[in-house]
Amino acid sequence: MPWGEFKDTAAERRLFQRRTVVMLVFVILMLGGLLGRMYQLQVVEHDIYTTISDKNRVQVQSVPPPRGLVYDRNGELLAQNRPVFSVTLVPERVDGMDETLIRLGRILDVSEQDLERFQRRLKEPRRPFQEIPLRYDLTEQEIARLAVHRHELPGVEVEAELVRYYPHSELTAHVLGYVGRINREELQRIDPVNYAGTNYIGKSGIERFYEETLHGKVGYQHVETNARGRTLRVLERENPVPGEDLKLHLDLRLQQRAHELLDGRRGAVIAIEPKTGGILALASVPGFDTNKFVTGISVDDYRALSQSKDKPLFNRALRGQYPPGSVMKPMLAIAALDSGVATRDRTIWDPGYFQLKEGGRRYRDWKRGGHGWVDLREAIAESCDIYFYETAVEMGVDTMSGYLSSFGFGEDAALDVSGALSGLLPSREWKRAIHNEPWYPGDSVNLGIGQGYMLATPLQMATATALIANRGTWVEPRLLRDVIGDDSVEDVLPDETHQPLALKNPEDWEYVVESMAEVMHGTKGTARRAGSDAPYRMAGKTGTAQVFSLAEDEEYDAEEIRERLRDHALFVGFAPVEDPKIVVSVIVENGGSGSGTAAPVARALFDAWLLELSEGSDSGLVSQATGGAQ
Amino acid sequence: MALKDLVDPAASGPLARSRGIWSALHLDPILLFLLLILVSGGLFVLYSGADRNIEVVKAQGIRLGVAFVVMLVFAQLDPAVFRRWAPWLYAAGLVALAAVLVMGVGAKGAQRWLALPGLPRFQPSEIMKLVVPMMAAWYLSRHFLPPRLSQVAVGLAIVLVPMVMIIQQPDLGTSLLVGMAGLFVVFFAGMSWKLIAAFVAMVSVSAPLMWFFVMREYQKQRVLTLLDPQSDPLGAGWNIIQSKTAIGSGGIDGKGWLQGTQSHLEFLPESHTDFIVAVLAEEFGFVGMMVLLLVYFLIILRCLYIAATAQDSFSRLLAGALTMTFFIYIFVNVGMVSGLLPVVGVPLPLISYGGTSGVTLMAAFGVLMSIHTHRRMISA
Repeated sequence: MPWGEFKDTAAERRLFQRRTVVMLVFVILMLGGLLGRMYQLQVVEHDIYTTISDKNRVQVQSVPPPRGLVYDRNGELLAQNRPVFSVTLVPERVDGMDETLIRLGRILDVSEQDLERFQRRLKEPRRPFQEIPLRYDLTEQEIARLAVHRHELPGVEVEAELVRYYPHSELTAHVLGYVGRINREELQRIDPVNYAGTNYIGKSGIERFYEETLHGKVGYQHVETNARGRTLRVLERENPVPGEDLKLHLDLRLQQRAHELLDGRRGAVIAIEPKTGGILALASVPGFDTNKFVTGISVDDYRALSQSKDKPLFNRALRGQYPPGSVMKPMLAIAALDSGVATRDRTIWDPGYFQLKEGGRRYRDWKRGGHGWVDLREAIAESCDIYFYETAVEMGVDTMSGYLSSFGFGEDAALDVSGALSGLLPSREWKRAIHNEPWYPGDSVNLGIGQGYMLATPLQMATATALIANRGTWVEPRLLRDVIGDDSVEDVLPDETHQPLALKNPEDWEYVVESMAEVMHGTKGTARRAGSDAPYRMAGKTGTAQVFSLAEDEEYDAEEIRERLRDHALFVGFAPVEDPKIVVSVIVENGGSGSGTAAPVARALFDAWLLELSEGSDSGLVSQATGGAQ
Repeated sequence: MALKDLVDPAASGPLARSRGIWSALHLDPILLFLLLILVSGGLFVLYSGADRNIEVVKAQGIRLGVAFVVMLVFAQLDPAVFRRWAPWLYAAGLVALAAVLVMGVGAKGAQRWLALPGLPRFQPSEIMKLVVPMMAAWYLSRHFLPPRLSQVAVGLAIVLVPMVMIIQQPDLGTSLLVGMAGLFVVFFAGMSWKLIAAFVAMVSVSAPLMWFFVMREYQKQRVLTLLDPQSDPLGAGWNIIQSKTAIGSGGIDGKGWLQGTQSHLEFLPESHTDFIVAVLAEEFGFVGMMVLLLVYFLIILRCLYIAATAQDSFSRLLAGALTMTFFIYIFVNVGMVSGLLPVVGVPLPLISYGGTSGVTLMAAFGVLMSIHTHRRMISA
């Protein structure tokens, strides 16, 4: 020890004080370093971090516009929006997913399908803290139960959205169609900006046709969110432009009546206002509850609907393609008169059958013994097949095809009815192209009474009948009557494309109309029973269409097969004759005869429209009609 | 108040007159005043960081009250008591640390707590922050200073043993603080600069060895994340990105008290514990940070003055080491929150919510006050 036994306290103190100064310098340098770091972050790079911070907290959310409402011609609400609550989970915030799902299952009714769909979406890539829906359309009780258990279910949320609701679901199913969740395919063609935030899109009917008008324009809001993505407050908002409300030509009361008249049968009714082309009623029976489709129909419910023998999902009015049969006779009569093949004075001998040549195949009349001598008017009134066989052969396929096409057969002539089929209007070229065979005179014979290859939908039959009621003036069938909003009807409704059917002798229209009046009022008219005791004159034509074959998968049940092999009953007509206010086309599948089954339906609708429901005579049927639908 | 007055209140001014009372209470008025400023300001920041949860502030207030009492108690004890008890406390501390490894309880994969029957749960590693520098100071002050090589080695061993035991818990943050506390004793004792250089060189060589043999996977991850926070933006990097965003978006004068969006919108994790300085930086800006660091600096300045004027080697070494430990807390916490250092669980002294660190720190200030107020009037 250099300094002996005693510590040199003064030296130790000096040593310590030197070290303390070193440490003080060290502290100053290090704190200066921290301050420098703060200067770098807070002053130099301030803008960068302000941007990040704003991006962090401010998110742009789309606000879906409320969908436009749909009314009938009397202002009855047909499609509205109602708030629906669904339960969603944010996986990042859930502690114990399996446990939570089991707990939720005890609180709510969660089906296997819900769980399956949820698990599937859980595996799909998604943003962190994005919620996954588990079940839609919670009941009030379920929401209440969830609220009670909420504290023990972190990450579980109840969310509200506006969802379409059809108060008269079954009545309007085939007219309005319905909305459903946007699927992958639709995602490709919609405008991703305008549909950001929208979950539903029109799938059929009016909902689909006027999708653009009904949808509206998306709005935006800048919201402040926390790290979990939960919205805390709205900073700025640009409101969405709601979809426009539509008013249809449809009269719910008449629609209701049509459904009642067809109740228990399978069939379709189309009623058109001939002056405007407005569709007053479009019924396809049986119908189905469209509300089930909105938030997603269950597999069982869908199977029940799609496998039902009555085919409730099938829109018979627009897509049912039937051989029109004798209903075509007035149109063919116009063709015959205008082409000069038939004259008003010409009579034909009907022995009960028709032969193209001596000893050839006999084409039978529906009346076994024949009608004897008949002129065109009687041929229409009594539905004489022989007269039309003969004129058909004389006219030939080209003439017939040409005129029938002017009546709108073979095309979808409706303006705004989505999903309508075009039927089948045969022609020489068509047969060559499809069957690779020439057109035979026998084909003309069949076409002469609306059989053979010819197929038409109830809507087409109504459209063609409206042309007769209008004496050649075309008004294409339409559903939209008015837009309650910024757009005008003209902007939204497609343009008409059909030229009026001008006859060489316009008097021929009256002749055929009078012949159709004979059907209803003549002593031998096929629908004279349906036309009796009316305070107005009506015109019509009955028809029956053969059912060729049975679907293969149908089980053998003698009685049912007999029923399902029966002819379809058809009727077209309008009233009053002088100033038509309503055109009707009716088909009752396997209904037997047009005169016995279809004509009374039309008569009931004429009465309803002309005597009860005509504008101005509000007989309080609205409440009855709506009461019945609920 | 001039800096001169801060350093020696006896020199002049109103504090001079009241020195008698402070001496009787064994409290240092300047240090106490600075601590009160820090603590009361800290409670305001905590209220914001805890998202206006007044219960958190109340709990912290109670905890700080307890810590002040602990400080008061420590201040009454003569430094000689600490010196006498140092070896026994050190031995007991090692036993407790061993007990933690054998029968400790804890959470999140770490055993840090000792639950002995009849005693409140406590964290032996926390106590070692005081005991290790005491022991090192006890040992080194028994010899002539500067210490010889062998004495330095023993001093380092005194530090290293508990450090290794704490790392095993695992608790890297506390282990580093305990180690630093001890190393500062050796430094203040006069360990030669050559040795220091050699020591630094050794540490830099052993760093890779530490990486491969000592550090746990999650600790390595923290270092990697520091180098590139974007590599794991939703995991470990999230904290650093969000706290830097909070600090940077605060700007020069801040967003205002309770107006920090980063913390209040839950982007900032642990906004009332380890990351609370980001809340302060966001709401009070660069100006607020300058004030905070100034208050800390004044406290350190006062404590170093106390150390420099202490009368014996043990007191000096202990006072210096405790002061520098306090500084290391500040530096590591602020460095970690601002993205200069990896994320280790070190709270911001006397401001972060919770933990026993507040009590330990106040106990250390009690020791400092004791050293200052038990000076005998011999050398003057």
